Amino acid sequence: MITQTHFLVLSAALFMLGVVGVMTRRNIIIILMSMELMLNAVNINLIAFSRQLGDVTGQVFAVFVICVAAAEAAVGLGIILAFYRNKETINIDEMNLMRW
Amino acid sequence: MHLIWLIPLLPAFGALVNGVVGVRYFSKRTAGLLACATMAGALALSLYAFFELLTLGPEAREYVVRPLTWISALPLQLKDGSIGSFSIPWGFRLDPLSAMMILVVTGIGFLIHVYSVGYMHGESRGAYARFFAYLNLFVFFMLMLVLGDNFVVMFVGWEGVGLCSYLLIGYYYEKKSASDAGKKAFIVNRIGDWGFIIGMFLIFSVFGTLDFREVANAAGSMPVESAGFGTLSVITLLLFVGATGKSAQIPLYVWLPDAMEGPTPVSALIHAATMVTAGVYMVGRNAVLFSHSPETMQIVAIVGVATAFVAATIGLVQNDIKRVLAYSTVSQLGFMFLAMGVGAYAAGAFHLMTHAFFKALLFLCSGSVIHAMAGQQDMRHMGGLKKHLPVTYVTMLIGTLAIAGIPPLSGFFSKDEILFRAFQSNKIIWGVAVVTALMTAFYMFRLMSMTFFGTYRGPAFAGAGGHGHADTGHGHASAGHGAAATGHGEWHGPHESPKSMTIPLLVLAVGAIVAGLVGVPAALNGSNDIEHFLHPSFSVSAVGGTHEGASAELAEAPEGSEGGSKGAALSGFAHASRPKAAASSASAPATESEGIAAGKLAAAASHEAVPAEGGEAGSHASWAVEIGLMLLSVLVGITGMLVAYRFYVRTPEIADRLAQRWAGAHRVLSNKYYVDELYDATAIAGTMASARGLWVFDAKVVDGAVNGSGWLTLFSSWFSHVIDKYVVDGLVNFVGAVLEEGSFVFRRLQTGLIQNYALVMLFGVFAFVSIYLMSR
Repeated sequence: MITQTHFLVLSAALFMLGVVGVMTRRNIIIILMSMELMLNAVNINLIAFSRQLGDVTGQVFAVFVICVAAAEAAVGLGIILAFYRNKETINIDEMNLMRW
Repeated sequence: MHLIWLIPLLPAFGALVNGVVGVRYFSKRTAGLLACATMAGALALSLYAFFELLTLGPEAREYVVRPLTWISALPLQLKDGSIGSFSIPWGFRLDPLSAMMILVVTGIGFLIHVYSVGYMHGESRGAYARFFAYLNLFVFFMLMLVLGDNFVVMFVGWEGVGLCSYLLIGYYYEKKSASDAGKKAFIVNRIGDWGFIIGMFLIFSVFGTLDFREVANAAGSMPVESAGFGTLSVITLLLFVGATGKSAQIPLYVWLPDAMEGPTPVSALIHAATMVTAGVYMVGRNAVLFSHSPETMQIVAIVGVATAFVAATIGLVQNDIKRVLAYSTVSQLGFMFLAMGVGAYAAGAFHLMTHAFFKALLFLCSGSVIHAMAGQQDMRHMGGLKKHLPVTYVTMLIGTLAIAGIPPLSGFFSKDEILFRAFQSNKIIWGVAVVTALMTAFYMFRLMSMTFFGTYRGPAFAGAGGHGHADTGHGHASAGHGAAATGHGEWHGPHESPKSMTIPLLVLAVGAIVAGLVGVPAALNGSNDIEHFLHPSFSVSAVGGTHEGASAELAEAPEGSEGGSKGAALSGFAHASRPKAAASSASAPATESEGIAAGKLAAAASHEAVPAEGGEAGSHASWAVEIGLMLLSVLVGITGMLVAYRFYVRTPEIADRLAQRWAGAHRVLSNKYYVDELYDATAIAGTMASARGLWVFDAKVVDGAVNGSGWLTLFSSWFSHVIDKYVVDGLVNFVGAVLEEGSFVFRRLQTGLIQNYALVMLFGVFAFVSIYLMSR
């Protein structure tokens, strides 16, 4: 039987995968994908609690998050594209224009 | 007579024209003529005024003219706290004393002007006019001095003659010694003027007026200060300080001998007739004040006799012909002050007049001698000039006899009068005065001997060829004198001076002979006119003489006191002494003005009063004393002359031998008692030292303060600069530096790597969650 704990473990595992991806990878596309992973981990978490509590608010919130994630992905990819056109790289270590 | 203000103005006009226009454009002839003409005019006016004055009653002889106001009334506080009105008119006053003075000044001044025309002939044209401008200016100031009716106008003349003496003594200003002598005369006179002006302030402070007559009247009503020093004594002492400066008395006599650097006519004018007599005149003018302060009178008499003695001793050994006469002048002025000091004002003024004649004569004669010797003044290089300068010789002999006191020449009467009055007042002073008279006769005859007698010791000259040919030599010199007198021709040996010089000599010689006749004493059946004439000037009297009786009582009063009770109130004596006063004035006119002395000395008063009471017998005794004194003084004069003749003509070795035996004394006398050296070492060195001290003070302290404040400003600006740079700027820079240095640490955090931020964020979340969980 799949319990609430299983959902939460999956969610946590996914989130940790996303975090590790964001932390360790140098490819900005991968980082963006890891961030999607974290967002989806959060969605699982929201829906899991929504099911357990019998409240649809969590599910509504998850839909909102998906929307925002889509928008975020679009904006993020747009930035990356613009950056790539300028620097011809997607290595995050090269992205230090704001550095002192 | 209301034109007396013209008398001083005439010479002033001459001085102005000669001084402004003459030095540029006038020929010598014009300049000399103008100066002499103004003097002649002044003399004529003076004579006219004098005879007008004589037509008045004896006690009403006073005339005051005030043509202009000088200082209009100023309110000034007086000593007693009330407010006085200080107003000074240009006032001129003619009374017997000033009448005598203007006659002396204009008369002798005129002769000296005429003489100068000849004497100064060698000067260049501008210098010639300048000389006469100074000479006229001098006479102008002197006339202001004697004609002024108040102290301030007198002071104008007083300062003016000081200025002119400076100009005239320093006439040869290119010569260092002459300009020094001028400065010396000026500065020494300033010391005396200090006393005079302070005395003037004090007079105004006490009396509220500076008019001579008002001051005299006010002082006449004050008690005689016989007990000690009072206000009047202080005033008179201060005035006397002024008189010592002008009249060359101890201690301020040092300028007069040096003043011989001036041309000889100047010496005659300043040192015989005018300036030096100003002090005597001033004391006589304030006779009432002096009479009321016996202590001052005592000082005046002592200073006078001491000056006479000291100057005579110095005169014994001088070799410069003019210096002998200079010391003789100082000595004779001492006699005048002696007379003033013993209350014999008329005798002093009389001597002033006779002295003006014979001393001017002597100076002009010495000028003639110097002229003849082409500038030589040292008597050791003269001698035997009798043959060459017959007119000068005769006139100078007359002057010498007059000053030595040989009757019936003028000096005899005046000097004898002074000696007689000194005898009555103080035997010691009289004794010193007699010794001085002896020395006077001696040094004057020494001068004559060294100059005119004996053998010629001057430089050789053509045409003389020794004394065997003296007659021809003389003839030659006379013939050649026309050329020599102009001062341009070659020197042909001693020669007689031109007429413009010898005529004044002759006139003055006549004056020196007869001037004494106005003062023949009663003891010689004379009437002593001059004493009666001058008497009103020395006593308290209301204008117009209407209160003459009262004033005579006032003047005579202390005489009756017989010394013992002279300090008591005057009014009481005036009553008690009336008969006695009348008796004494009848018996001997001399005692009449003794009354003016107003209790001068206890001894004198009792001395005088006792014979007066005795009537005929007493006056006889006094007569005998007077005759005896006369004989004595004649004897003294003749002795001095004979001794000098023996020392310097018959056996000249005696003088040298004496000089060697008394080498110390001789050296002291030759060096004039080292008084100049003493003044150099004390007064002058002191002044210089204080000036130097003040200079150092100025350089170090005053300048130091200025420099210090400058330095302080510099320092403070430097200091604020340092503060600004290191503290204010340092603070700002410190803040900046701190921030800059701090940013080195903190900017490490800002890696700019998004993953670092995310990691930090993660740790933060982890930490917060941990804390949350732990703390639950």
